[in-house]
Amino acid sequence: MSFVSRGFHGRRRSDADASRIPPGQYVTSDFPVLSAGPTPHRPLEQWDFSVSGETDEERVWTWEAFRALPSEEVTVDIHCVTKWSKLDTVWRGVSVDTLLEGVDTSAEHVIQYCDGGYTTNVPLEDVTGGKAWVVYEYDGEPLEPEHGGPARMLVPHLYFWKSAKWVRGLRLRVEDEPGFWEVNGYNNYGDPWKEQRYWGD
Amino acid sequence: MEGAALLGRLSWQLADVVDLIAETARVKTLALDIPGWQGHRTGQHVDVRLTAEDGYQVERSYSIASAPNGTRVELTVERLDDGEVSPYLTDELRPGDRLELRGPVGGYFAWEPALGGPVLLVGGGSGIVPLMAMIRERARAGVDVDMRLIFSSRSWDSIIYRDELQRLSGSGLTVAHTLTRSQPEGWTGYARRVDAEMLSEIGPDAGTNPHVYVCGPTPFVEAVATALVGLGHEPHRIRTERFGPTGG
Amino acid sequence: MDSLTLDGNAIAGLLQEVFVLEMTSAIGTCASCGASEPIGAVRVFRGAGVVLRCPHCGDVLAKIVKREEQACVDLSGFRTLEGASRAGLAVRDDR
Repeated sequence: MSFVSRGFHGRRRSDADASRIPPGQYVTSDFPVLSAGPTPHRPLEQWDFSVSGETDEERVWTWEAFRALPSEEVTVDIHCVTKWSKLDTVWRGVSVDTLLEGVDTSAEHVIQYCDGGYTTNVPLEDVTGGKAWVVYEYDGEPLEPEHGGPARMLVPHLYFWKSAKWVRGLRLRVEDEPGFWEVNGYNNYGDPWKEQRYWGD
Repeated sequence: MEGAALLGRLSWQLADVVDLIAETARVKTLALDIPGWQGHRTGQHVDVRLTAEDGYQVERSYSIASAPNGTRVELTVERLDDGEVSPYLTDELRPGDRLELRGPVGGYFAWEPALGGPVLLVGGGSGIVPLMAMIRERARAGVDVDMRLIFSSRSWDSIIYRDELQRLSGSGLTVAHTLTRSQPEGWTGYARRVDAEMLSEIGPDAGTNPHVYVCGPTPFVEAVATALVGLGHEPHRIRTERFGPTGG
Repeated sequence: MDSLTLDGNAIAGLLQEVFVLEMTSAIGTCASCGASEPIGAVRVFRGAGVVLRCPHCGDVLAKIVKREEQACVDLSGFRTLEGASRAGLAVRDDR
């Protein structure tokens, strides 16, 4: 890299603990809005969340039933493949462990699917054991539509494209099913600490 | 047409900042000298890239404000308070600095005198920038194409290029301002958002098959394009450039 | 309508970098609904990568993921894509 713009710093926090920042990332205090399509506006009375696929029984929750599930507040760092990281983000939602409690399955893969048609795939073991949530509050407030509201996935140990906005359900699968970006150049797994951004990384 | 440059691989290059000119309280024109610049079509833009010392990079696109003029290229930038790039360009950059950019790019939203008229330009806020390049090109080329501008600004003081538009109007260039937030004392011009009535009063009749260019914030462009189609303008004659929510 | 939405003009540079052709004036036909538009007029979204969507039906026309030296491009949402130009520039310099 040769040219540097004199006096340009960008709007980043430079005081963050370096050990919390994966390689190639820059910390931001903003919350950039990125999306593969227009913001859906699904009324809550038409919203539901399903767990389906390779399971003995499909489960569906209405908004009221979903909000009645045990929830927790979590504080996590998030890392976007477009190079921004945001530290100490606070969310409230339902652990995927709660949603899958008692589910009998031989599936090893999970597909997140959403209003608007976006999909992304994660190994089942990457959304269980306290690693993932379906969240509906950010920073103490209801999750805004542009950030994925009414509810989105939160899988903070992977790049944030693996945390689908406007999520409507999880499909359990024996076979892996690469999602919207995984079929188009982004890494199938997406570990930010190994900088697995693209195919072949 | 004196010559044509073949499109090749688009590469980043360094421009020299020659001058910074205040247009309004929030808007500045950057006058650049770009070595090797081969000219451009009015309406095209450049991609600007800023790089910090730790390698952090950010890119933005800016419409070219000037008509082709050797290696001199002007960009007009509106300072967005919460912007990451615009405050650097308007407040930090100085003559003598260099700016990394690539261009010109864009072929859809472009006009040249050979296309003829009538031409209807509809701009909202900083959406005036690529339209101003077209107006300047028309003047530079000395053609008397029927060109009409409807320009929406918040207030009299926020009208970008106000004096120059005043000087250039006449001889086939019509300029109609609408001021949407506040108007000066004695103002008899439009004082509302651009709508079908205004477009039909100022704009050439759809039957004259004008070239139409609409530029500004996305909601502005959508509303104007819809109104124009409603007035009978052919959709494929309406060229649009959306600047996103804030206009750049 | 989403005020964040941009159009193909916003990615003119990216498209030219990837295709080495001026693409915004190319005309694409949507494989879903059959509508035709210049690329400059299609909807553009920035997610992890860039998504082009049909302004009439909203379906995906194309996806572009750009790495350092290569790009992954899916154009399957276009039934046809034509008119991209190589000589995109007219120069007058008579001063």
